[in-house]
Amino acid sequence: MIRARRRRSRTWRRFGSASVPYLLLLPVVIVIGGLLGYPIYSLVRLSFQQYGLFELVQHKGRYIGLHNFGSVLHDTVFWHTLFRTIVFTVANVGLTMVGGTLIALLLVRVSMWARIMLTAGLVLVWSMPQVVAVQIWNWMTNYQNGVFSYVLTELRFGDYFHHDWLGTPFSQLGLVTALVVWGALPFVAITVFAALSQVPKDLIEAAEIDGARGVRVFFDVTVPILKPVLLILTSLSILWDFGVFTQPFLLIGQAHLGPSNYLMGVYLYEEGYLKTDFGRGAAISILMLVIVGVMSLVYLRRMVRMGETS
Amino acid sequence: MSVRVARRALWNAVAVVLFLVMVFPVFWMVSTSFKTDDQIYALKPTWFPLHPTLAHFGNAIHKPFFWADVKNSLIIVGFTVAVAMVLAFLAAVALAKYRFTGRKLFILAILGILMLPAAGLIIPLYVVLARFHQVNVLSGVVITYLTFVLPFCIWTLRGFILGIPKDLEEAAMVDGSTRLGAFVKILLPLVAPGLVATSVFAFITCWNEYIWARTLLNDQSRQTITVWLSYFLGSSRNTDWGALMAASTLTAIPVVFFFLLVQRKIAFGLTSGAVRG
Repeated sequence: MIRARRRRSRTWRRFGSASVPYLLLLPVVIVIGGLLGYPIYSLVRLSFQQYGLFELVQHKGRYIGLHNFGSVLHDTVFWHTLFRTIVFTVANVGLTMVGGTLIALLLVRVSMWARIMLTAGLVLVWSMPQVVAVQIWNWMTNYQNGVFSYVLTELRFGDYFHHDWLGTPFSQLGLVTALVVWGALPFVAITVFAALSQVPKDLIEAAEIDGARGVRVFFDVTVPILKPVLLILTSLSILWDFGVFTQPFLLIGQAHLGPSNYLMGVYLYEEGYLKTDFGRGAAISILMLVIVGVMSLVYLRRMVRMGETS
Repeated sequence: MSVRVARRALWNAVAVVLFLVMVFPVFWMVSTSFKTDDQIYALKPTWFPLHPTLAHFGNAIHKPFFWADVKNSLIIVGFTVAVAMVLAFLAAVALAKYRFTGRKLFILAILGILMLPAAGLIIPLYVVLARFHQVNVLSGVVITYLTFVLPFCIWTLRGFILGIPKDLEEAAMVDGSTRLGAFVKILLPLVAPGLVATSVFAFITCWNEYIWARTLLNDQSRQTITVWLSYFLGSSRNTDWGALMAASTLTAIPVVFFFLLVQRKIAFGLTSGAVRG
C-alpha cells in the first residue's frame, strides 16, 4: 500500500516538468525583483551621489564617492540617534516580552470567564490601527485636560494638572514606549499563551512530584519548551521596534521632532526625505539596512530551517 | 482547597484590572466620540456619555476629503489584494508542492523582505517612482504595497496549502481527474478559507499602512484614510477632539471587524510551527 502510494506520488510529480515551479514563481520574482531590485540598486548608486531636488528634476546625480558616508559617520547626530534607538529598542522589547509572558502565564491561571474577557480585550487592542492608536494617545495626554494626567493626579501619583507630556525628550520617548508596548503586548501574550497550552501537563506534574517548586518548574520545564517561540517573538520585536516610525513620528509631532528625540526611522525621514538630500539619506538608509540585516540573521536562519523541514 | 479558591480569585482580580487598563484607551475613544463638547472640554472627565450625541460622526464624515480618501483607500486596497492573491497563490503552490533548486534562497528572500524597515526604503522607492511618474498617483502606492504584501501572502498561503492532506489530491488523481481537474475540484475548495483569511489580513495591512501613503501621495484629495486621519490633529490648541475620536472610531471599525474574523487563523502565520520544532 505504502509502496503504491509512493509510486503514485512520483508519477504525480512527473506530470509537471521540472520547470513548473519556476513558472509559478516567475510572476512574483518579476514583480518583487522589479520593485525592490532596481530601487536597491539605485539606493547604492544614490549613496555615492550628490542628489537633491535639482538632481531629482534632472534625473541625474553627481558622483561624489564616499562623501555621503563620511558625512554621516562624522555626524554626532547619527551616533546619538543610533545609541538612543538601541536603548529604546532594549527597553521596548524588554517590557513587551516580559509583560507579554506574564500576561500569558496569568491567562493560564484565571477562570474561564476571565480568560475569555482578557483575551477579547487583548485582541481588540491588537486590532487598533497604528494611526488610530496614536490619535487616542494624543487625546489622552493632551495638555488641556488629558485623562491620563487626571487619573494619575487622582491616584495621588503627584500633580499632573496641565502637565506637558511632550516637555522633555525623555518624556516624549517614554510616551512613545507606552504606546508601542501597549500595542505590542497582545501579540506576544496571545502567542506565548498558545505555546503554553502545548506544554504537556504531565511534564509539569512530574517535575512537581520530584519536588520542584513553581519558579523552578517555570524555568526548568516551561521556559525550555517556550524557547523557540520566545526567540522568534524577541527577534521580531527587536526588528519592529528598531525600525519604528509611525508612533514616534505622529505622537511627538512635527513641532517637537528634533535631534534630541530622533529614533532611526524618524531621523532617516527627516534628514533624507524632508530635507531632500537624497544622497545622504541613501547613505543613512544603507547603514540602517545593514544593521537590521545583521540583527535579523538569527530570525531568518530559524525560519528558513522551518520552511525547509515542513 | 480554600487557599486555591482564594488564589484563583486573586488572579481573576488581576485579570480584571489588566483588562480595564488595556481596553481603556479604546473605550475612551468610543466614549469621547459620543460626548457633547461641554463634556469633552471639561476639566473633570465624563466617563460615560449618558446622553450620547451623533453630532461628531456627522462632523467627521462631512470634513473635506473624508469620502474621497476612504474611496482612495478602498481602491488601493482592492487592487493590491486582488493582484497579490493571484500571484502569491501561484508562488505558494510552488513552495508547498515542489522541491527545486533555489527554493531555500526564495524563502530567504521573501522573509528578508518582510523584515526590511519601511523607513530604510523611502528614499530609493521615492526617487525611482518619481522617475516613472508614479508619485502622487494611486498606482504608485499599489505597486509599493505589493512589495510588502506579496511576501506575507506567499508565506501564509504556503502554510494553508501544506495543511491539506496529500491523500485527498491523490484520491482525486486515481478517480481519473487530470492534474488541473484534481487541483480545481479538490485543492481549491480546501484552500478557500485560507485564501479568504489571507486576503482579509492583507486588506487590514494595506488599510492601516501610513508611511508610504504619506510619502507618495501629496494632494489631499488623493490621500488614504490613515493619512487623512493623521492630519486631523491640526495644532493641538484647537483640535476638534470629538470629531477626531469619531473619525478614529470609523477608521477602526472595519479593521476590528475583519481582524476578529481572521485573527485565530492568521495570528501564527509568522510563528506557526515554532513550538513543534
